[in-house]
Amino acid sequence: MLNCKEVTYLVSEHQDRKPSLKESLHLKLHLMMCAGCRNMEQHVKFLRQATTRYAIEVNKDDHG
Amino acid sequence: MVNKDMGIFPNDDDLIKIRNDMLRFAQLQLRDTTLAEDAVQEAFAAAFSNADQYAGRASVRTWVFTILKNKIVDQIRRQSRMVNISSMSSDSDDFDEQFEKLFNENGYWLPEARPRGWENPEDSLQQSQFWIIFEACLSHLPEKTARIFMMREFLELHILEICSELGITASNCSVTLHRARLGLRGCLDRRWFNKKEGIC
Repeated sequence: MLNCKEVTYLVSEHQDRKPSLKESLHLKLHLMMCAGCRNMEQHVKFLRQATTRYAIEVNKDDHG
Repeated sequence: MVNKDMGIFPNDDDLIKIRNDMLRFAQLQLRDTTLAEDAVQEAFAAAFSNADQYAGRASVRTWVFTILKNKIVDQIRRQSRMVNISSMSSDSDDFDEQFEKLFNENGYWLPEARPRGWENPEDSLQQSQFWIIFEACLSHLPEKTARIFMMREFLELHILEICSELGITASNCSVTLHRARLGLRGCLDRRWFNKKEGIC
């Protein structure tokens, strides 16, 4: 059973490489039961969205 | 507004604005004003000398920003040959300490650190105030952490490219990205999404 520290590490790592099936299953199991880690996963996905948008955002005239 | 349909070059005011935005972007990544200015200068020089290749498919801004990204990667490559990245870690003690405070000894969230939900985070992307906080949070990351995060997220380098550029192991890179993401998440949470009024 993975703890939250390990789960957040895997969630972060999955932004950079494809997870194995075993990892995905462990992760899913933990996320089903842990609202904190579920939120963290959402936030990490949002961060990716925000950094991608940042480059577009600096392209806009109304920014800065 | 830059004309996105045609290859019309921006006027002087637009150009100054583009240059300032480029400087801010480069400064955030390189953390050095002189190096940032050099990268922007080089990007403009490359843009001007290749002006005939610019087909007007993207806005001039997007085009010069793409060139700038490449110049920043070049600069990081040059730097990483001169500076040992492991010597950049001295400023991160507080940051590591903060990270350790998130979990108890069994590796579970401490109650006060457990992430709470963010309401409609996408809406924030439309607000210029959000981007100010976002940049502030980025610039609070320790130098080495920020460098790796930026290379991954802004310059979109693969994790293996990052570790070979910086001479670190892939797992070291993943550990750093984990801390960067949790650190940024926490900063955005405190300063934007779950901000307590009256507390800075």
